[in-house]
Amino acid sequence: VTSFLNILQPGLVTSVQDLGRAGYQRLGIGPSGALDPVALRAANLLVGNEPGEGALEIIYLGPTIKIEAESVRLSFAGASATIEILSNNAAGAANGSAWIAGQRSVVVRRGDIVKIGSLTGSACLYVGVEGGLAVDPTMGSVSTNIRAGTGGWHGRALAAGDQLPLRRVRASDRDEYRLEGITFLPSTQIRVTSGPQHDYFDEANIARFFQNEYAVSTSDRVGMRLMGETALHHCRGFNIASDAIAPGSIQIPGNGQPIVLMTDRQTTGGYPKIATVISADLPALGRLFIGAKLRFEQVSMDTAQVLRRRMLSFLEDLKNCVVPISSPITPTISVLSDRNLISGVIDAIRGAESWPSGETMGSYVNGETSDIG
Amino acid sequence: MVDYRLLPAGDAAVVVEFGDTIDRHINALILALDNRLEGEHWIFETVPTFRSLMVHYDPDAISQAAIAERIAWHAAQIQIVERPSRLWRLPVCYDAEMAPDLSEVAARTGLTTRQVIERHSSVVYYVYMLGFLPGLAYMGEVPPELAVPRLQSPRLKAAAGSLGIAMTMSLIMPRETASGLNLIGCSPVSMWHDDNRALLQPGDKVIHEPVSLEEFDIVRTRLGRGEIRVDPVAELREIRA
Repeated sequence: VTSFLNILQPGLVTSVQDLGRAGYQRLGIGPSGALDPVALRAANLLVGNEPGEGALEIIYLGPTIKIEAESVRLSFAGASATIEILSNNAAGAANGSAWIAGQRSVVVRRGDIVKIGSLTGSACLYVGVEGGLAVDPTMGSVSTNIRAGTGGWHGRALAAGDQLPLRRVRASDRDEYRLEGITFLPSTQIRVTSGPQHDYFDEANIARFFQNEYAVSTSDRVGMRLMGETALHHCRGFNIASDAIAPGSIQIPGNGQPIVLMTDRQTTGGYPKIATVISADLPALGRLFIGAKLRFEQVSMDTAQVLRRRMLSFLEDLKNCVVPISSPITPTISVLSDRNLISGVIDAIRGAESWPSGETMGSYVNGETSDIG
Repeated sequence: MVDYRLLPAGDAAVVVEFGDTIDRHINALILALDNRLEGEHWIFETVPTFRSLMVHYDPDAISQAAIAERIAWHAAQIQIVERPSRLWRLPVCYDAEMAPDLSEVAARTGLTTRQVIERHSSVVYYVYMLGFLPGLAYMGEVPPELAVPRLQSPRLKAAAGSLGIAMTMSLIMPRETASGLNLIGCSPVSMWHDDNRALLQPGDKVIHEPVSLEEFDIVRTRLGRGEIRVDPVAELREIRA
């Protein structure tokens, strides 16, 4: 393989994800897939892929990736992050760097180093790769199920030294695109439908569930533990003969504090499930940070279906949010060696066509929002 | 008439619950319904468990009312019939070296370790469901005199093949995992195949056959080399739903 992404630093939890695998829960394998499937689709559309193509999912803190390909078009969609691109000269010494904002595509070249910092706004960011990663599907999906140790890249999160093969050897000559009219913000009001085991709680405790403000205490791809002002009490014990777990199932274990099950969840569980997050709110749930506050709101099944169809039509229209980055004349903010030196030199280094501009943000350079060039 | 409840599990799944206990008759009804639902175009996937069948469906293809009707129609068709069931004979090494909790289980139950092994391996187990990890089969029932609770604090690493018990359930770990079960043995047989198949399926029967450490090593080596393979030893015919 001559074209790959060389993972210098993996970030906190960076994994290959697509829209997940269906049909294997009966064998004990959860669906996995992107925590924020809306952002995954957007990342793919930015580089001209099918919306469900595999991409890199980054949680909280991004990786550092060295480009080992003639060129590759990447995109960034979801959380905001500081994205620094260090470009090398022939001798291999770093001779320039640029910060770009996400929600766009960009072409990088052999030897370039892409450093993605801490995420803000959302807990997950997707790096789309034009043409896709050359990772074989497992059970119909390239999603990594970290808990089950299967799928994706050797069934695990990426580690330093991993070399992810690319399907393309070089970027196509398509235009660069950015996202317009879409945000990837978490929701503080998560809508649920009742059940399946709401009858393990009396009315007072169900009311408490909806009154409580919850904070995310720990969170990973398996589940999100919440901590509320008051714990819930079960009226018929907290052990049930295990049954299956749906997307967004909210378990109440013995301590009375909810666990919302995410995409790498176990397929079955033995705690009563008081309610289930509606499918339209699952992407916004996936964006919540540890420490984030939220409340649950009950909706009827009919309302959940209406909201679900609205989400599906929004996903259909997502392509309309992908617009070309038009003017290469828009000043580029970049930095040569010294991070305080702002100039347009990046075009001189790499040529304007490979470094379409307009989306680079001064705010990442000097700590203030700026459009100086 | 089969008695069940339909419980909502979000806007794209429904639980068909036949009971709230671990019971072979209930489980057999679930597996029979699961079998009947195969081929229903509106279903994405089904997940049978001890007491219920989760049905993941396409809300665009069917209404809630129609789901209730279809399931009622199928449930009414479930007949008590004779069905084949696969019988497996799985080697298990109960040697102390592979059974970190064997002596503790013996102490708790007032039996000798030899008696624990004899009783655990004297039962034909029934596979109720797969869950939690790929290929992890929940088998019952452990003889009542061996019923012990889960460990106070789960062990962080139970090796692949470890056999653990808690209350009425006996499980063999398909891979290394954290586990709160009492580990009393280890099987050299893989519960999960590299080509993504589970060895066992719900409704199967399993006999545990005690082997020595030496035999364990030989079987594991030969399985690894592909010289032998594990197949069901028989198909039991019996009355099931």
